[in-house]
Amino acid sequence: MKIADDPNALARILIAPALIYIGAVIGVPFILSLWFSVSDVTVSSAAGKYVGLENFRSAMGDPSFRRALRNTFLFAVASQVIVVILATTLAVALQKDFRGKWIVRLLILLPWVAPVSLGSIGWLWILDSIYSVINYGLYHWFHVCGPQPGMTACPVWLGQPTLAMASIIGVQVWRTLPLATVINLGGLSSIPQDIHDAASIDGAGFFRTMFQITIPLVLPILLVAVLFGFVFAFTDMIVVWVLTRGGPYDMTQVLASLAFFKGIDGGDLAGASAIALFLFPVLAAAAILLLRLARRAEVI
Amino acid sequence: MSAREKAAKAGHRTLITLFALFAAFPFAWMLITAFKKTNDLLDPNSFPFGYPKGPTLENLRVLFEETLFVRWIGNTVFVGVIVVIITLLLAVPAGYALARLSGTFGEQLGIGIFLTYLVPPTILFIPLAKVVSTLHLQDNLWALVLTYPSFTIPFCTWLMMGFFKAIPKDIEEAAMVDGMSRLGAFTRVVLPMSVAGLLTVVIFTFTLVMQEFVYGLTFINSGRNFTVGVPSFLVRGDVYFWGSLMGACFIASVPIAFLYNLFVDRFIAGFTVGAVKG
Repeated sequence: MKIADDPNALARILIAPALIYIGAVIGVPFILSLWFSVSDVTVSSAAGKYVGLENFRSAMGDPSFRRALRNTFLFAVASQVIVVILATTLAVALQKDFRGKWIVRLLILLPWVAPVSLGSIGWLWILDSIYSVINYGLYHWFHVCGPQPGMTACPVWLGQPTLAMASIIGVQVWRTLPLATVINLGGLSSIPQDIHDAASIDGAGFFRTMFQITIPLVLPILLVAVLFGFVFAFTDMIVVWVLTRGGPYDMTQVLASLAFFKGIDGGDLAGASAIALFLFPVLAAAAILLLRLARRAEVI
Repeated sequence: MSAREKAAKAGHRTLITLFALFAAFPFAWMLITAFKKTNDLLDPNSFPFGYPKGPTLENLRVLFEETLFVRWIGNTVFVGVIVVIITLLLAVPAGYALARLSGTFGEQLGIGIFLTYLVPPTILFIPLAKVVSTLHLQDNLWALVLTYPSFTIPFCTWLMMGFFKAIPKDIEEAAMVDGMSRLGAFTRVVLPMSVAGLLTVVIFTFTLVMQEFVYGLTFINSGRNFTVGVPSFLVRGDVYFWGSLMGACFIASVPIAFLYNLFVDRFIAGFTVGAVKG
């Protein structure tokens, strides 16, 4: 039999290039980063030497690392909790037919389909310390803050620690809401109409149907959306890098951005690898959960 | 219509409008800002949603004539096209093999490949920076060309696997009865039927390339080699050319967003029901 006809040989030949490429650009760097994290390699040194768990120890002892670890969890959990609530609301609202639905859908998807770095730069200008359009509204329309004597000063959105954290969480919500909404919408439309009919014949109102029928039925697919959102938020640094560069005083630093500043700006590849590897256990747990969930929901 | 129904309808409308405003506002704001004169921009008391001192095209002129914006778009297209070619060459055959040829092992391998999509650039960029500098590719667009397939291949393999599974097996079997080899049936019968799937791969790969930021930031330093995802050239120190910057962001994001929008349902299907059982 010729190779072109032998399914097993053909399968190997067709899959091999993709597997080799993935191995070279994901597998090899991953193993390298494991080695970096237990070595003292820097940008300029040719090869480092083994230092054991020293990098992890020094990371744990570093207050800015502990803050980044906390911030990463806060950023990912808070943004996804808000996303779940908003995405469910929005998906239910979008399920109804109304005029101009396609344009609403298009607008709502924009933050997801446009490059995040550019959208975030838009927010950087909206949240500017002097020319913020939000502050213009607060001063000129609502008169709650302003530069006049006797008025409270307007918020410096990205300059005050709590506000800066709230701002990056807000922008992350803005950016992941479309994905969660559309996944959710898919889940909602897979509920058979009979169930809704039966509920309404039995006299269930909107909220009762919502909490006792709709939400339990879309829960598995909702969780898939949340897990993806969580993984993206947990491992990402774009929003933080563009909006605050981790500032003020490292108060909004997350693990990924800290690793970037340490490794790429600072040249400490070993320390940065150790920091980035802290992302991995959470990532692996999310992936396992995702697979089990998907199998149960029969979606993957 | 009862008063209650009317109230519900008004509430529904308000809710939808608020969400749409929240989603689209930054882009509307980019568009408005792009045509503002500097003395409007830098006056906190000037009315923000109009042009009290008149609109101007100066920001766009600066963007196209005095910055390397056109070059960045060219760079992005260059990287995008080559990454698309690499992705098609590797992901399409792999997707076919996983869909047809390798049984339950193939199914597990497929899930494994999809999971590598979850490995984020932020875990890999540090060792990759070292690899790139060892290969003397820093500040070179080829560094991006070589690394971007790390996220386009897994996703597109998964996507094509789902696509090929939806094509009935009988079609290839009939072609093989007619004397074609398995490979011949794939290239001459299945591929021509899969134009829609291939097009989806092209669009996704291209948008993923445009979305990427971390590798671009890590490997590229000089303004000459930026892609549009990294327009930090317009942010010179603390001097922001807001008008030009917002124009650049709008031009680079909105057209690709519309294109992507046409395919977004398929993309979501790739996340959730990518390879429907069977």
